Amino acid sequence: MSAPALEVQDLVREYVLRVRRGRFRRQRRVVRAVDGLSLRVERGESVGFIGANGAGKSTTVKLLTGILVPTSGTVRTCGLDPAPNRRDLARRIGVVFGQRSQLWWDLPLAESFRLLAAIHGLPGARWRARRDELADRLDMDAFLGTPVRQLSLGQRMRGEVAAALLHSPELLLLDEPTIGLDVLSSERLRRFLRSEREAHGTTLLLTTHDMGDVQRLCDRVLVVDSGRLAYDGDLPGLARRVGARRVLVVDLREPVPPLHVPGADLVAVEAEGLRQRLAFDPTATTAAEVLAGVSRLAEVRDLSVEEPDVADVVRQLYASARR
Amino acid sequence: MAERRADLAAYRAVLASRARAQLTYRTSFAADVLANVGVGISELATVYVVFWRVDTLGGLDVWSACLVFALANLAFALADLLVGHVDELPRHVREGTLDAFLLRPLPLLGQLATSEVSLRRLGRAGVALAVLVVALPRAGVEPSAATLALLGGSVLGGTAVFCALFVAAGALQFWLLEGREAANSFTYGGANAAQHPASLYPGPLRWVFTYVVPASFVAYLPVLALTGRTGPAGLPSWLGWCTPLAAVPVWAAALLLWRAGVRRYTGAGS
Repeated sequence: MSAPALEVQDLVREYVLRVRRGRFRRQRRVVRAVDGLSLRVERGESVGFIGANGAGKSTTVKLLTGILVPTSGTVRTCGLDPAPNRRDLARRIGVVFGQRSQLWWDLPLAESFRLLAAIHGLPGARWRARRDELADRLDMDAFLGTPVRQLSLGQRMRGEVAAALLHSPELLLLDEPTIGLDVLSSERLRRFLRSEREAHGTTLLLTTHDMGDVQRLCDRVLVVDSGRLAYDGDLPGLARRVGARRVLVVDLREPVPPLHVPGADLVAVEAEGLRQRLAFDPTATTAAEVLAGVSRLAEVRDLSVEEPDVADVVRQLYASARR
Repeated sequence: MAERRADLAAYRAVLASRARAQLTYRTSFAADVLANVGVGISELATVYVVFWRVDTLGGLDVWSACLVFALANLAFALADLLVGHVDELPRHVREGTLDAFLLRPLPLLGQLATSEVSLRRLGRAGVALAVLVVALPRAGVEPSAATLALLGGSVLGGTAVFCALFVAAGALQFWLLEGREAANSFTYGGANAAQHPASLYPGPLRWVFTYVVPASFVAYLPVLALTGRTGPAGLPSWLGWCTPLAAVPVWAAALLLWRAGVRRYTGAGS
């Protein structure tokens, strides 16, 4: 029982592409989607797995779950070699693909849950109790009887997450769980995932493009670049590493000349000076100090703070790694 | 053993649910069945057209030829009902449902086969069954325990043969991701071959349809045995009793092909 949730050693996965050259000739090209990845996730951890499109995130998730077999290297998920133990592993992990559904399109959610319970061979009393718990905590009672195709995206995602958790897995893998969700829906989903982790000690691994997911859910961040691990640590550490800056956006009462505030760099002036953007390093100063500096120069009508975008952070990390 | 039973319970739950879903819209279901009856009748028309010109075909009179037609169509329609949707594999790959199947604790082929049950195929099966009932006495088949056993074995074995062909055709799609047409030639081709007397085919082809793709085992050979005829050289009529046996090697080949296909998909094979 003491095996880590995930243990990956020198993982390599190659794809063979056949590229057309001329009418009949095809050239064989080998592409490495995952290139010597090693990582370890302990039970109960919550890990964000981020990287640009095509960095190898989804391939890695497929390797961890046994959908794909490694070209070389080893994977242990919940202590098992995934592909040969696919069926045993399926009972112990839950997987949510944000852009794919594992529900029956034409059936009500409740019926999908009943079928999944049958597929997992769950005893009646156990899965009904679990379904009621999930329906309650994900606030799904109102639409349990609605066919899945008629659900909104937010409702469907809650259904997908519940479906992946019905058999109470030790490890939940989420591939872009909040993609396309509005702010309220993704916040609700994150809150649920946090509570699920607290209540059952479920290990979480999620791939995402949304910094909010990582900030609110994850203790640890893994960044992949070209199939290799480019960063492993906490989020503030990542921001420090690349010197990611937050941006204070101020809307002013009157147009003013470009603002120069100590500790911040002016990055943009819009609407003839009515809106100005100031970037600052959160480890050196605070939003409040920058705002105080702005207020000395102009009257602020409205403001917002933009967090560093995951894509930007990753891009900067990549750039610094290649330098 | 307990696990096997739990698997069966899971398949049963999914199949029952699929069947209920199809029966929800009664009018559209009835229309589907009716259209499928039409398919069966148009197939029957080919027999009628041929016998409008000739009195015997490949050593069979019209009623015996109807028996061949009925057994072949019944077996094909039942197989199509059970596993015909396995050839939708490329759709499952595209939409990611195949990955969802791989994340469930059941064998992939079992899940794919039970992902749907095409009840509308009952239309074509019904036509075949009706023809069978009408043609049996007219072809001079005596009702007896032996006849019943032979019929039962042929329908079961024939269905198994076509199921195996469907699985093999589905497995091929792991290689030819848009190759549904090519795979269809396998299944529909086999069905077509089965519903005509094998004695019509030139020697080598007859041999292929008996010992490679056992299409003549589905209907022609059992009808020889039923009506007490002797077949052409190389096809003794006692072979008509061996339909269930003929299904075994096709299934073995289909399962091997399926396994190789899955290994290709997961990248386990070389």
